[in-house]
Amino acid sequence: MVAQSITGIESAVDDAARLAARGVTVGYGARTVIDDLDVAIPPGVVTTIIGPNGCGKSTLLRTLSRLLRPTRGTVVLDGDDIVKLKTRDVAKKLGLLPQSPVAPEGLTVSDLVARGRHPHQSWLRQWSSDDAAVVERALAMTGVSDLADRPVDSLSGGQRQRVWISMTLAQGTDLLLLDEPTTYLDLAHAIDVLDLVDDLHESGCTVVMVLHDLNLATRYSDNLVVMREGSILAQGHPRDVINAELLHEAFGLRAKVIDDPVGDRPLIVPIGRTHVQLH
Amino acid sequence: MNTTELKPSVAPGVRLGPVSFVWRPWVVLVTLLLAAATFLVFCLSIGVGDFPIGLPQVIATIFGRGEQVDEFVIMDLRMPRALAGLVVGIALGVSGAITQSIARNPLASPDVLGITGGASAVAVSLVTVSGGTTAAIVDSVGLSAAALAGGLGTGLLVYFLAWRRGVDGFRLILIGISVSAVMEAITTWLLATADIRDVALAQAWLVGSLDNRGWDEVRVALWGTLVLLVVVCCVAFQFKPMHFGDEVAAGLGVRYSMVRAVLLLCAVLLAGVAVSAAGPVPFVALVAPQVAMRLTRYPTPPMVASGMVGALLLIGADLVARTALPISLPVGVVTAAIGGPFLVYLLVRANRR
Repeated sequence: MVAQSITGIESAVDDAARLAARGVTVGYGARTVIDDLDVAIPPGVVTTIIGPNGCGKSTLLRTLSRLLRPTRGTVVLDGDDIVKLKTRDVAKKLGLLPQSPVAPEGLTVSDLVARGRHPHQSWLRQWSSDDAAVVERALAMTGVSDLADRPVDSLSGGQRQRVWISMTLAQGTDLLLLDEPTTYLDLAHAIDVLDLVDDLHESGCTVVMVLHDLNLATRYSDNLVVMREGSILAQGHPRDVINAELLHEAFGLRAKVIDDPVGDRPLIVPIGRTHVQLH
Repeated sequence: MNTTELKPSVAPGVRLGPVSFVWRPWVVLVTLLLAAATFLVFCLSIGVGDFPIGLPQVIATIFGRGEQVDEFVIMDLRMPRALAGLVVGIALGVSGAITQSIARNPLASPDVLGITGGASAVAVSLVTVSGGTTAAIVDSVGLSAAALAGGLGTGLLVYFLAWRRGVDGFRLILIGISVSAVMEAITTWLLATADIRDVALAQAWLVGSLDNRGWDEVRVALWGTLVLLVVVCCVAFQFKPMHFGDEVAAGLGVRYSMVRAVLLLCAVLLAGVAVSAAGPVPFVALVAPQVAMRLTRYPTPPMVASGMVGALLLIGADLVARTALPISLPVGVVTAAIGGPFLVYLLVRANRR
């Protein structure tokens, strides 16, 4: 009862957040990965979770998306405890793209994207003209309309990732959770996918993603969540958060933070051991 | 019926009152052709025998307009065997489609997952352990029940052993192969130590055959399969996103562990019903979904078409076994001989494209 009344008060505090974790403890089996963590995802912006390998980035994203059930604490989606919602109702509000998903060989792009309509369909009503219209829009938004009839496995890594994001869009949610959308992509394709993420943000989506590349995270997000060993070290706009001390504390990385010559964000220049000329 | 006109990129939908679905003409056409072919072979199979009956008379009799003589031969003597072939074929085809889809691996058939091996081991142990009084104790219904229990028990054992925070396809297959090997060892040991007359009986069952099926056994298999197919049909829609893996399915609002558990149980029971009715007929459950996938050009094993291919393969093999060969062979021998090369042909043709 006490816990309930406390969460009741807290919900008034971060009312603006669409998605929030409150006192969340979560892990795999007996191993606790995240202990007593609080985070609120601001609406309408791109939030990126960064941190060293094994710090619990993906675990946090998976908990926020209801793939993992916290042992303590709650995840709140639009004011409701997410574990108390129906799986299908969560899917109508929140789109999730897991890390490197695999489509069956030979499945066409349009069939994959069409599957994104699943939460809105039923046994009797498996396909409607609304579904078709939404799928066409999703294909067009992600720039893959021309690939609609191609098998997904025949596409390049970057195109494939666009297609998967398109499927998540076809779900018709304005809250997207992307787990490392740039994994295995070369830099050009990674930029391509992140430009798409930025387009989605421009069109009003709230995006939460996990990224490995710090400079891409800094460039493409408005809100950074920096994690280390299962807790949050810092959170805020990249310009306010990213500095040499934080990078050393979070990653054990020696780096120089300079102004991005082509952008308005900080740029991280790591200091390794070789070919370094420090003045 | 009105077809929604759309750009060719997105599959058009069909609406019939409150029901709507994606219109895939090729899949529908192939499935209908398969159903027609199955019916044709079914009727041919009934017509063949010591007292041959022409196709028109067989069809007339099935629809209740035949002559009395034909009716006795067809409905009382030959129908059970043909129906057993139909039901066992459908059950094996659908069961294979489910296990291959769940494991996302074409190797995962009920044979590989230990269901057939477990059913055989239990059935053979019933025949051999009961000693010289086999005839009295082991009537065919008892044997069927033992096989069903053995298949179900082994299938569940494999599932629970493979369970580790979800089910991974490879783990399921590896554990299935291991458990199958143990079951085969038990069967071999039982056969090596048993009385020679029991061994003959057990061997005859182990090859897989539709010989001497009566209405009693067929009725059980028929109703069992029908009930299971209805359950599969109800859950199949929720299963669609699961071809993309558990996490994508969860993201699309599917309670995947529940759906998977229900479907896998259905697959195990379908295979168990099939094995208990016809013995362990090899290869049908493995090959039918793969053939159906290639014929319908659908990227995942299509359930209905898989069932049709299974039935066609089984009845066709039984027909060949009884007519084309100089000696009458059990159906299991022929399914392996036809199914294997056909799958190889399809794979080779796909490679050349």
